[in-house]
Amino acid sequence: MAEHHDSAADGSAVELSEPRTVTSGTAVISADRFENPGLPVDHQRVTDLDPAQERKAERRIIWLFWLSLIGSVFAIAAYFIWPIEPGNMTSTRMNNLMLGIGITLGLFGIGLGAVNWAKSLMHGHEEVEPRHDTRGTEATRARAVEIFQQANAESGFTRRRLLRNSLIGALVVAPLPAVVLFRDLAPADEPHELLRHTMWEKGTRLALDPSGAPIKASDVTVGSVFHVIPESLAKLGHGDGYLEEKAKAVVLMMRLRPEELNEAEDRKDWSYDGIVAYSKICTHVGCPVALYEQQTHHLLCPCHQSEFDVANHCEVIFGPAARPLPQLPITVDAEGYLVAQSDFHEPVGPSFWERER
Amino acid sequence: MSTATTDTVTKPGPGMRFTSAAANYIDERTSASGFVRELGRKIFPDHWSFMLGEVALYSFVAILLSGTFLTFFFDPSMTATHYQGSYVPLKGVEMSVAYASTLDISFDIRGGLLMRQVHHWAALLFVASIGLHMLRVFFTGAFRKPREINWVIGFVLFILAMAEGFTGYSLPDDLLSGNGLRIIDGMVKGMPVIGVWISYLLFGGEFPGHDIVPRLYVLHIMLLPAILIALIGVHMLLLIVNKHTQFAAPGRTNQNVVGSPILPVFAAKAGGFFFIVFGAIVLIASVFTINPIWNYGPYDPSPVSAGTQPDWYIGFADGALRLVPPHWEFVFLGYTWSMNILIPILVIMVFLVLVTFYPFIEAWITGDKREHHMAERPRNAPTRTAIGAAGVTFYGVMWAGASSDLMATHFMLTIEGVIVALQISLILGPIAAYIITKRVCLALQKKDREIALHGFETGRIVRLPGGEYIEVHEPLNEYDRWRLVAHETYRPLMIRPNERGRITVGQRVRAGLSRWFFEDRIEPVTRSELERAHHHE
Repeated sequence: MAEHHDSAADGSAVELSEPRTVTSGTAVISADRFENPGLPVDHQRVTDLDPAQERKAERRIIWLFWLSLIGSVFAIAAYFIWPIEPGNMTSTRMNNLMLGIGITLGLFGIGLGAVNWAKSLMHGHEEVEPRHDTRGTEATRARAVEIFQQANAESGFTRRRLLRNSLIGALVVAPLPAVVLFRDLAPADEPHELLRHTMWEKGTRLALDPSGAPIKASDVTVGSVFHVIPESLAKLGHGDGYLEEKAKAVVLMMRLRPEELNEAEDRKDWSYDGIVAYSKICTHVGCPVALYEQQTHHLLCPCHQSEFDVANHCEVIFGPAARPLPQLPITVDAEGYLVAQSDFHEPVGPSFWERER
Repeated sequence: MSTATTDTVTKPGPGMRFTSAAANYIDERTSASGFVRELGRKIFPDHWSFMLGEVALYSFVAILLSGTFLTFFFDPSMTATHYQGSYVPLKGVEMSVAYASTLDISFDIRGGLLMRQVHHWAALLFVASIGLHMLRVFFTGAFRKPREINWVIGFVLFILAMAEGFTGYSLPDDLLSGNGLRIIDGMVKGMPVIGVWISYLLFGGEFPGHDIVPRLYVLHIMLLPAILIALIGVHMLLLIVNKHTQFAAPGRTNQNVVGSPILPVFAAKAGGFFFIVFGAIVLIASVFTINPIWNYGPYDPSPVSAGTQPDWYIGFADGALRLVPPHWEFVFLGYTWSMNILIPILVIMVFLVLVTFYPFIEAWITGDKREHHMAERPRNAPTRTAIGAAGVTFYGVMWAGASSDLMATHFMLTIEGVIVALQISLILGPIAAYIITKRVCLALQKKDREIALHGFETGRIVRLPGGEYIEVHEPLNEYDRWRLVAHETYRPLMIRPNERGRITVGQRVRAGLSRWFFEDRIEPVTRSELERAHHHE
């Protein structure tokens, strides 16, 4: 910390130090500028002038501290008077409110009292403290340089260069094992391979999310939208990878009039009677694309407002997404249930570096 | 004054005997009297805007206190459990232990909800007050030498505060925070080369995995707070070493500090203000619900609620993602380049880097190596203030982007229209803000000059013998005038060849920037100008 000299007397902030010339750059320093007129005469507060006001202020502050005491005691009482009754939301709210108000009063009383005390009763005149250059005095700096030089001479830090550089090299490499240690933050698999597969495979039934009830094609009316999971997913528990699989496998299924669908030649058989299934995971950063506008056949991602056109293979028509939602090829099985023809033909969800590899 | 204090110090009253003995005991073991001598009467200048940093500090204390309470009850585990607590709508639902224990804190522990809400509201206030504090420092030039390092530390604190906010937001493992993590996962995956690996290691396998909440918890309650507290310590230490800036006023110079001493006035005011800030946070927390995680349900990758918003301080990043036009992604050399993620991240990084290094850039342009302890009025640095206004506008448009859907639904606009309008504003807004602010600053400086030269309007109209009407202007007294003439200006840098007779590129750049900064300037009134003005009248 900078060295402090004795505080200057009130109103005079004369600093007695060596003037050091420091460039002021392109600053305009006019000899013709005004002089600082110096501190004005202190103004007196009512509490300085009138003893009655002073006593009044003191009483007011005492009352504020007492208010704090009352508030804190009230908060303790409230903890017991308004307990939480299981299942009763109102009791939770009352507990929160009353406890909170008690603590608020406890804190406000102290705060307002202390500030009031400072503002109306404590010595109210401004005082002056001189500043010094932040840098150490010339003597201090010279001594610091001397110490470094001495240390250097005694250790040979700059003279013994190979020794020093070996130390630096060792220090740089020493933390590197820590980087390797972090590899096992995740299992041994290659992550991008995992991203290419979902639970869907040939014959997996399309089922309702989250119940897992399979869906018959005949139950899907025109204009409706279904939140779909693979039938086998519903049987998984959270411990068996339910959320991880679900994060890749969720599908939105809609039925459009066949004449409204513009299907590419090579995907003509991916839909069934106007029923199409698309990955629900946005190709932007992976939010569920959950909003379907029936009239326009547009899907909207609620996170970043990417819009996909279901009638045209979910191509991006607005927003930051770059790629269409991947389509799940579907058909019906012998019992009339909707099933997948295969897994998705491309990775679902947000883009990643090795995606096209 | 000083004599009065010495008297009370030398003669302790009978009731003070214990205090004196205790003080003596401590001093003999710690030499604490040295600290009291150095710091006890340290002077702090007063201005309402100096409280913003205090608000940040005090809300951080509120966060530490409430957060410590929460750690006693929160269980950061992603193991599956079936909820059996007292919140009826979620009874029997499968969820993570983290979410269940957050519900328990909210519904089964008296005061638990209050502490959760205190913690969350205080966090919002913490980041907000840091932001406002930074704006105050920026617009008053309080980042200039010798405070550049403290500016950088403060900026790092701002980033850390946002990191703390985001890690904390993710801990309850509710639907909303899970979607936030999903977005982070998607962004990380978009990184070239390492993206997939980083995401894989971060989540301990495939998203969402069972590791992310405990890992974020360690960051949230140990690593980040440790760094935060250490940096706040350095920030405060440098504040003491550099002493606080002050606004120009009679008697205040670059070589002194005028204000109240720590003991007793500043300690009472600042200490009292801590209780007021804390009290305000508790009041808000007891009256207004924040983050009602029980309404969202546990995390599930499929559902999402429309109109969800991140906490306010993440909004600018979320908005930046939303403002990207479609199809900004390409395949090159067989790899996928997600420019729709990289560009907004890059833009934000450049923005933040410019904010961090602004003090050094301005110092290079002015070439001024002096120490500056006078806080400037924003109008007296028109270009800086205009740059700040442009930056605020840029941030504000990105921030607004995060609420584009809500703006569309509330004001009956199309989502696309709002986004396109914001895209245009992101470019034009800062330019307009820059021009307007700079002109306003110059106009205000002209007004200041006029008042300094001719006094202020009294509203008294006098009819002269010749029939002419004039309004009487009252000249300023020297104290009032000082505030209007105390500042300095800079001239544009003249290009000069260096000692080898060459004009370097660096010189040219610097001169160009200097011209941009200082070509339009209004210099403060000088003594002879005032004299001339008086003669004129």
